[in-house]
Amino acid sequence: MPAKTKFELKTGLATREAFGKALAELGRVNPNVVVLDADLSKSTYTAEFGHAFPERFFECGIAEADMVAIGSGLAMAGKIPFASSFSVFLLNKGFEQLRMTAAYPHVNLKIVGTHSGISIGEDGPSQMSIEDLSLACSLPGFTVISPADEIATKALVTRAAEVFGPIFIRTGRLKVPVVYAADQRFEIGKAIQLIDGSDVTLIATGLMVAESIRAAETLETEGVSSRVIDMHTIKPLDRDAIFRAAKETGAIVVSEEHLADGGLGVRVAQVVAEVHPAVMEFVGINNTYAESATPDQLLDKYGLRAVNVAAAARRAIARKR
Amino acid sequence: MQTTSNVTELAAISKRMRREVIEMITAAKSGHPGGSLSAVEVVVTLFFDVMRHDPANPKWKDRDHFILSKGHCCPILYAVMAECGYCPKDQLNTLRKLGSMYQGHPDVRFLPSLEASTGSLGEGLSIGIGMALAARLDKSPSRTFVMLGDGEIQEGQIWEAAMFGGFHRLDNLVAIVDSNLIQLDGFVRDILDESPLADKWSSFGWHTIEIEGHDIGAIQKAFAEAAAMKNQPTVIIAHTVKGKGVSFMENNPKFHGTAPTVEEEARALAELA
Repeated sequence: MPAKTKFELKTGLATREAFGKALAELGRVNPNVVVLDADLSKSTYTAEFGHAFPERFFECGIAEADMVAIGSGLAMAGKIPFASSFSVFLLNKGFEQLRMTAAYPHVNLKIVGTHSGISIGEDGPSQMSIEDLSLACSLPGFTVISPADEIATKALVTRAAEVFGPIFIRTGRLKVPVVYAADQRFEIGKAIQLIDGSDVTLIATGLMVAESIRAAETLETEGVSSRVIDMHTIKPLDRDAIFRAAKETGAIVVSEEHLADGGLGVRVAQVVAEVHPAVMEFVGINNTYAESATPDQLLDKYGLRAVNVAAAARRAIARKR
Repeated sequence: MQTTSNVTELAAISKRMRREVIEMITAAKSGHPGGSLSAVEVVVTLFFDVMRHDPANPKWKDRDHFILSKGHCCPILYAVMAECGYCPKDQLNTLRKLGSMYQGHPDVRFLPSLEASTGSLGEGLSIGIGMALAARLDKSPSRTFVMLGDGEIQEGQIWEAAMFGGFHRLDNLVAIVDSNLIQLDGFVRDILDESPLADKWSSFGWHTIEIEGHDIGAIQKAFAEAAAMKNQPTVIIAHTVKGKGVSFMENNPKFHGTAPTVEEEARALAELA
């Protein structure tokens, strides 16, 4: 068994905060970047941009549908708008506007959702976005990104401003472990292999990347060699990385802080079915809404931990034969 | 393209555009004649007299924008854009057919000189606000005109946008409500009455002008007044007749979304001779 890189996972910024910093930096280098928010700028961290560039910051009030379409209008007029709110409001209240004014005419609108998943904690299910990946991926021509840590967020937000087209970036409220070195390079649509392995592949996105790294370390002590892949771009998927994982490890576990129906897992499964059928297991939220509690309690209760990923990996490996 | 401020000439263009609308929708065998015909004079006056635009350079950065938020009435927009030279006149009768640039509702993928894809009601005013904000930011003289239906403004997003436009004092934005009093299921007053309509817009911070929407002189005067307004967006409530110009279509809810038969087309064209 080859020795693996030992990851020292230190807690870093929440991805929403990294987004806010990246956005303010973008504002400094690109005068075409404008920002819209719907009365949540202190929580989405767009406030930093707003303070630095008040003339390019549009507070839309609690009117997400209007905000999304105003953003599209700004994009049609040549700006690079970033519209931000909690993912749950952006994708659900703004969905029709995302469809009609951004996806259908293929407009250069960027939307960044914060407070994604159940790890927002005490505010409860009305604020928890567990359908956003499914919704965003259903929009033709949309790119969908779900960064794992502050390094990935900064790089992918910056990259999103450079490429033309509608993009959704999913960020979270909770401070999350840093899984990347500061100089890591990111390319939209290209997955990153964090650990190589041969028995099973753990594909994850968002905060489940760190959990999957921890699961791989647990499995290693049992003599199981795990490959860990950060699927930071949910759409378009890195089909080649999935093909190699299926072919070379024969078993895949997909983990996400999202409904297991309709998120990353089913999208990966579609590719696996097409390119190289393999055993699969899924770690996600199963056909339910969560509840109020601390983030840690919720991640434990709803099965979004390294221990759940490791258990799924054992099931997958057992089914291989 | 040839522009004109002459009322007689604009009226003559309007009559030609009505004929085009009837012919297009009859050929398509489906579509929305009523709201296309009610909008004719406003759209013609905008494109031939009021707006700064250039069909030879449709993406000119400082151009004025026109968004047909009531997208189902695209036949009048297509006819006028073709008359201006944005797109071929001889293909107008391909409306709604496979591969046509003249899609059933405005679609920028097929006709890139359109300012926006519309058809799901309630969204054009917000898009127009985005364009108006961009112009303000760029210190561009560009102005944005958004045509709304009086049925359409039952959509809640219109009032989110109205609140934003008024609060941000977007004086480079003009909304036109084509108040033809009829929507698909019947008369607006019976379905979801909007009165007092002018008061609603005024209370949202808009400079409000009410005109007879087929009176070209009144339309010109209203747009001139809107252009002179500072620190306030303008809404022009154009009191119009649904199906205007064709006797059997006027004020008839049936012709909101029903194409004329070939026999009806002949009668309509005779009236518009």
